[in-house]
Amino acid sequence: MTQAVTYAGLEAGAQLPAVSYPVTRLSLVKYCGASGDFNVIHWNERLARAVGLPDVIAHGMFTMAQAGRFVTDWAGPGALVTEFGTRFSAPVVVPDDDTGAQIEVSGTIEALLGDGRVALALTAKSAGAKVLTRVRAVVQLPA
Amino acid sequence: MAVNPDYAGRIYPATDPYEVSRVKIAEFADAIGDPSALYRDPAAAQAAGHPDVIAPPTFAVVLSMASSGDALADPGLGLNYAMVVHGEQRFEHARPIRAGDVITAQTTISGIKAVGSVTMLHTETHIRTLAGEQLCTARSMLVERGAS
Repeated sequence: MTQAVTYAGLEAGAQLPAVSYPVTRLSLVKYCGASGDFNVIHWNERLARAVGLPDVIAHGMFTMAQAGRFVTDWAGPGALVTEFGTRFSAPVVVPDDDTGAQIEVSGTIEALLGDGRVALALTAKSAGAKVLTRVRAVVQLPA
Repeated sequence: MAVNPDYAGRIYPATDPYEVSRVKIAEFADAIGDPSALYRDPAAAQAAGHPDVIAPPTFAVVLSMASSGDALADPGLGLNYAMVVHGEQRFEHARPIRAGDVITAQTTISGIKAVGSVTMLHTETHIRTLAGEQLCTARSMLVERGAS
């Protein structure tokens, strides 16, 4: 259980503890079904390679969702995410084995915007590559 | 086949109404591996100030894809979906999407830019309730990698 953050206790520039999230082929199959994005590159290795990818890759939105989870877990249940954006800088390659890949999310408090609003700057890495860059979230903390 | 630059600025009609259900939100939360009670337990969501379970911040993509998917599948646009990767994504939320919301999504192709053999396609989707409440603006940039 994460401890609820309070606006008064925050400092711009502070680091947030990194969290690692697993992703397997099963994760991608479930995400295809839940999101409606059945692009073959997320579940068919043969067709992914045929279009020049190293293997099946995770949906960018799956990876972004892990960054979203990082934000909402940090901010606590009373917080609202009002802005959330990212650039997808490299694919998360998901091998067909029992462990899959890891998505490691980390971040800092970019700015305190007043009225309980906090801007976070995050990055996500997988297998040493930056997979999300310029991730920015604005969170409204409860009064 | 190249993406047709004439489609920049094209405005697609709003989707048919979509009713957000508790089951769909829980399915989406399961798929992203997020165990939060806010996405499953109405009592937990109410304790946090919401009338019903809320959706994770990226859930809006389910609705924006249903809308932009129609645009991207438009044969006249000429997009080769197997060559498409996601470049950028942004959401602005007025409030969390929640169970019981009846929503429509309307997509505009806001820009098409070719750089060498790569095409960048920008879309903007407005998600509103049937009552006209603006819930979310989703902006996507998709990259069609160059065909060899």
